[in-house]
Amino acid sequence: MKYTAVRLWALLLVSLGLGIGYYKVTVSGLPLTPQQETEIWTVQAKLNFVGNGGPAIFDLYLPSVLPGYVKLDEDFISNGFGLALQDERDNRKAQWAVRRAKGFNTLYYRTTVTESVNDNVWKSRPTFPRAPDYPEPYATAIRSILDDARSESADVISYTDELLQQMNASSPNENVELLRNRAANTEQWVQELISVLKGVRIPARTLWGLRIKDAGNHMQLEPLLQVHNGEHWITFDPLSSVRGLPRHFFPWKTGDKPLYNLTGGTEAEVSFSVVRSYQAQLDIARKDLARKDSFLSKFSLFSLPVQSQNTCRLLLMVPIGAMIVVLMRTVVGISTFGTFMPVLIALAFRETQLLWGLGLFTLIVTIGLMIRFYLERLMLLLVPRLTSILIIVVILMLFISLLSNQFESERMLSVALFPMVILAMTIERMSIAWEESGGREAMTQGSGSLLVAVLGYLAMTGEQLMYLMFVFPELLLVLLGISLWLGRYNGYRLVELFRFKSLNQGGL
Amino acid sequence: MAFFISPRRLKASGILGINQRNANYIMRYNPRRLFPLVDNKLKTKQLAIEQGIAVPPLLAVVEIQQQIKALQGFLDKHEDFVIKPAHGSGGNGILVITGRYGQNFRKANGDLMGIDAIAHHVSNTLSGMYSLSGFSDQALIEYRVKFDPFFEHMSYQGVPDIRVIVFRGVPVAAMVRLPTRESDGKANLHQGAMGIGINIATGISCGGVYRNKNCIIHPDTGESTENIQIPHWDAILRLAISCADTVGLGYLGVDIVLDKTRGPLMLELNARPGLNVQLANGIGLCHRLTKVAEMKLLPDALDERLDLALDLARQAV
Repeated sequence: MKYTAVRLWALLLVSLGLGIGYYKVTVSGLPLTPQQETEIWTVQAKLNFVGNGGPAIFDLYLPSVLPGYVKLDEDFISNGFGLALQDERDNRKAQWAVRRAKGFNTLYYRTTVTESVNDNVWKSRPTFPRAPDYPEPYATAIRSILDDARSESADVISYTDELLQQMNASSPNENVELLRNRAANTEQWVQELISVLKGVRIPARTLWGLRIKDAGNHMQLEPLLQVHNGEHWITFDPLSSVRGLPRHFFPWKTGDKPLYNLTGGTEAEVSFSVVRSYQAQLDIARKDLARKDSFLSKFSLFSLPVQSQNTCRLLLMVPIGAMIVVLMRTVVGISTFGTFMPVLIALAFRETQLLWGLGLFTLIVTIGLMIRFYLERLMLLLVPRLTSILIIVVILMLFISLLSNQFESERMLSVALFPMVILAMTIERMSIAWEESGGREAMTQGSGSLLVAVLGYLAMTGEQLMYLMFVFPELLLVLLGISLWLGRYNGYRLVELFRFKSLNQGGL
Repeated sequence: MAFFISPRRLKASGILGINQRNANYIMRYNPRRLFPLVDNKLKTKQLAIEQGIAVPPLLAVVEIQQQIKALQGFLDKHEDFVIKPAHGSGGNGILVITGRYGQNFRKANGDLMGIDAIAHHVSNTLSGMYSLSGFSDQALIEYRVKFDPFFEHMSYQGVPDIRVIVFRGVPVAAMVRLPTRESDGKANLHQGAMGIGINIATGISCGGVYRNKNCIIHPDTGESTENIQIPHWDAILRLAISCADTVGLGYLGVDIVLDKTRGPLMLELNARPGLNVQLANGIGLCHRLTKVAEMKLLPDALDERLDLALDLARQAV
């Protein structure tokens, strides 16, 4: 049956529109409201060195794998230097080179990131290390520690857990004490842990990164311990033994190779700084999409030039206005002049502001109607009469504009924005309704049109709705589905509940 | 009196809403290609005359503005007449001239109008002022129905008519529409005319509605509208059925007038009849419409369908 087909189409279109929208919200993080903002961090590495006067090469490891972060932006400020980027297992390396480096040089690397749920992971697979020959007395100590840990664990993760518990115990035994005394700082302590883990052939390495919880200059890379369980790299805090990548830890590089390497210069120095700021989530999502070069970003309305964007914004709101008309006419049962005239009036209200628009509209239609009633007495033919009304409307509009200019009221000038043909047609139709069906009917239809226009205006200027339509134009499919469904709506209109109220008495 | 009626109750009363009428009846039973037959009164009339259906005789058709000049000479030959637009709706643009007063014409409400005013009216009609679409139109000049004295004492001016709703060739509901002072002689309920329900089975009036309220007394004449036997009832139903057969529309409103000498005449047809007939009868249409819709095959013979209609009406009471 046709009704089933309509319902199927409606269901299909609505779920398609909502589905695409849902996908865009969840996958690309497009926010549902225009004001949503999110924290972003700008992390900067500043490189200083003094050139020898000859060729200079500066190598620097750069952030590569960023679990829990999304890179929005990245730039290199390096005047006169050639730049080469190179991937190296789980790391990325930048190489600045210049033929003649004299005096003090500064290079910058800057990246902007925001937190995001993603599945970035370190993918490299290490080889199993050979158990080293520890020198005495450490060999005995390490063997004893390893034995203790082994007795209480099942796999690499629990083994590492247990080992760290022992190594970081608040009241350590003499074996641990012996190893602790060897490590002067956290970096060496991580080295020590890696070396102990080699004793049971567990691959381990250092993960260097910044704690970016707060903004700051002169930040230091901090080491964490990573072990490989055959599938993944698992991160541990070497001091607190806590497993997992800490929040606000921004991974920079892995491994023990030096962060930077300079040839052809001296006094090399790298310092880190972090700035935290807020940015509209929408921009972030857009940048993210554009960076991924995704299908979604190519078909986003944001890819249009700004002027076309504004046209589209308006265009997208017209179906909303039309939907209001459908609801008002089919479900509520309000009668209006013409089908989409209220939408056109509402569009004019967008330009004039609501109250001014209502006032000016009523004023012009009232004056126009009075003149039209006089024209009726002159017995004019239809088309010349319509033309006369149109001319009168234009005169009225000019007059109001001139008057408002005298009073220096900018608002009233906006009368010129009303579509005059709409005004003329309103006057004509209203006067015919008045003649044929009486003033009551004419006023009912006239105020019905205005009411629908006001509702349409309110819907079409809603900030939230405008935003949603523009960012998620697939909602048009939802509107199409609803209007198809309403096309087969055969329930009562709201006004019929009043119209047939006399049946209440009938004892039916 | 309650301010409104609940949708559930409305449904239980079997009231047909506009949306339901459009979606389930007009869309399904009235093919769009047949609409011009009823929207153009000239075509309706020509078709009816071909099929031998009783209609008010056509005196003349004005099709172009130039013909208006000849109007005066033509109208002088006629004491009374009606001018209506071929594409009018809701009784708009219908001019009824009941007699002459010197050079002037007397309208139904007693006002006089000159030939130039009539010419202007015709000219407006031709330019499409009263037409549904606004396109240029034709003006029909036809015999003025001398309505049966039967309604005389209860009607205020104008021509009362009988609206019969015919569904798949079976009359399902009917009402008499009495013009009032407010409706300016027009028989349209939304313009203020009064509606009186008629039992299809008997042709006897029951209840009535005026301005969407129950009413059994004519607001201007004060006459009771209860328990009146409509004359020629059988002929009226037969006329309605044959109209439906002629135009082929499944859901049709047939407007019939009673002429003093000519009996029931078909005035016009309506492919989108309104829902006021339900108010006038105090009964929803849905029950009967559903019953007729469920019948797979309907009898071809007019008599059998008439019997069917009477049966349906008796069941419902």
